Amino acid sequence: MTPSHPTAAPGPGAAPAAGRQTEGRRTEGRKSEGRKSEGQKTEGRKAGGRTRRRRPPRAWLGALPLLVFAGLCFGLPAGALLYGAVTRTDPVAGTTEFTGEHLTRSLQGPYLTSLTGSVELSALTAAIATIFGVLIAQAVVTSRRGALRGAVLTASGVLANFGGIPLAFAFVATLGISGVVTQLGHLDALGWNLYSFTGLTVIYLYFLIPLMVIVVVPALDGLRPQWREAARNNGATAWQFWRYVGLPVLAPSLLGGFVLLFGSAFAAHATAAALVGGSVPLVTLKIADALSGNVLVGQENVALALSLDMIVIAGLVMAVYLPLQRRSSRWLH
Amino acid sequence: MAALTTTLPEASAPAKAARRSRPRYWRGAVLAIAGLYFVTPLLSSFVFTVHVPNQGLTFEAYSGILSADGFTESLFLSLSLAAATIALALLLVVPALVAVRLGPPRLRAVVEIVCMLPLVVPPIALVTGIATVLRWGPDHFSRTPLYQTFLAVQNESFPVVLVLAYTVLALPFVHRSLDAGLRAVDVPTLVEAARNCGASRLQVIVSVILPNLRSSLAGASFLTLALVLGEYTVASLLGFRPFAVWIVTVSGAEARMSVAVSLLSLLITWALLLVLSRAGTGSSAPAAAIPAAGATASAPAATTVPAAAPTPVPGKE
Repeated sequence: MTPSHPTAAPGPGAAPAAGRQTEGRRTEGRKSEGRKSEGQKTEGRKAGGRTRRRRPPRAWLGALPLLVFAGLCFGLPAGALLYGAVTRTDPVAGTTEFTGEHLTRSLQGPYLTSLTGSVELSALTAAIATIFGVLIAQAVVTSRRGALRGAVLTASGVLANFGGIPLAFAFVATLGISGVVTQLGHLDALGWNLYSFTGLTVIYLYFLIPLMVIVVVPALDGLRPQWREAARNNGATAWQFWRYVGLPVLAPSLLGGFVLLFGSAFAAHATAAALVGGSVPLVTLKIADALSGNVLVGQENVALALSLDMIVIAGLVMAVYLPLQRRSSRWLH
Repeated sequence: MAALTTTLPEASAPAKAARRSRPRYWRGAVLAIAGLYFVTPLLSSFVFTVHVPNQGLTFEAYSGILSADGFTESLFLSLSLAAATIALALLLVVPALVAVRLGPPRLRAVVEIVCMLPLVVPPIALVTGIATVLRWGPDHFSRTPLYQTFLAVQNESFPVVLVLAYTVLALPFVHRSLDAGLRAVDVPTLVEAARNCGASRLQVIVSVILPNLRSSLAGASFLTLALVLGEYTVASLLGFRPFAVWIVTVSGAEARMSVAVSLLSLLITWALLLVLSRAGTGSSAPAAAIPAAGATASAPAATTVPAAAPTPVPGKE
């Protein structure tokens, strides 16, 4: 890697990329890293430096507040959620018994529709955002203008955080019933409706695409120019390069990004709540309804069961994501 | 060719020239479409707020914000919640991460898992759990002294329960940002050196460790601030009225004003991002302008979860 810096340095746009590559490489392998750099710094007593260092007694006490806090403020609600989702309390007798009833109900009828609706919306938006995010990131990474890169990355950082309520209202003003673009383009005559599945897709992309750009730029930076040169010298076309070298190397990062976007869209609630109310079936809206007693009294346990369903799906997402992340770091950076 | 370029810098010149001779139209097209998509809502939101049909230009939507009913209270509530959340999150995570580097190796995995777990629980699921716990107060504890605690955390004027919930939501981002920062610091050596010089444990943290972490602290604070200012789900379902909830309440009667406030909140976020990144790094490098992205970019290989950092701020959504 290091010898490639002279190549990258002449291009103004490439310089930061080169810096990032080294940086990334330095942090490769989290566990060994600390030891390695320490070893370099304490050159003289390298041999026994680590083992001789006396661990301060009770150092773990520093982590105690965090663990207690997490147990109290995260573990307690999570436990209550789990418990409530699988038990039923008889209001008359006051007895509590275990039951699968709430979970079964949460996977039937309108609740099942809302779960699949959420999954569909998240998968669709994540897929579109992955494609556009990669295209934009590649346009930025291959650009030789450093200013463009900085501007796009800053904008992505801000826009990826521009979710929730403000985003919903910005789109109401743009594409809502009396929105500026709707009025100018007479979109309502064309059957446009912001308060629908399509409308939500357009809105979700607004924060998912920037997120993908941020996630994927480091990965694209890691595609070494030598690989492209080697492929070209062997007579590969650009298509062949991407088909046999670029995409396979990037695949774990891209999949990881997709999964991350999916999780992000899946957990989203505020935008949809401010916008569509109940017209698009989404699991987060159903939970909010059940929780605030909008539907029927006594729906709390179904809300808990639905939340448990969400946690299971989000957990699966993470379970897919983490190995991918580890795998992608093997090649890149 | 690869060997040539790596050893001779000047050899890359022809390659570059060859590349330049083949302009890439797709890049311009992609950037143009993206620019259009991302700028249109901002521009038309602005037009929407200043242009009233049949009346022409007016800036009432903006001038009326300050005097709007509930604006200052809700904004103040959100800001104080943000300050408390940032303080609590940093107070919890900084000592834990320092301890991780000094203590037994297994502690590291425990702390990391604890900090990453909230990513698996969407905010709406967390709030259902919290609501369940809060309902225990009147149900089971109404005759014990603990009941006072239940009431106190739900105090309307400063709901501590929101601070606790937001801190949970912020843990993954704060952890990731600070962990990336600490990776560049040789904590055991610094601590040993400072202790040998007679510094107390507190002094070690405050005047040795923290100054090395300025940019990650700034990044973590920014992410937490953005999360708290935009948070709607938890607050609205627990029945409190910070900023984001206020925007929704006001939108019924004052559509223009709610859009104007939304637009302003974006600008404020942007400004904060720039200020914090500059304060943190002391440089003006645009690449560092995203503390979040910077944190991830510098440690993509090592952090278990990705650039979620810059965002997926789950609470926001």
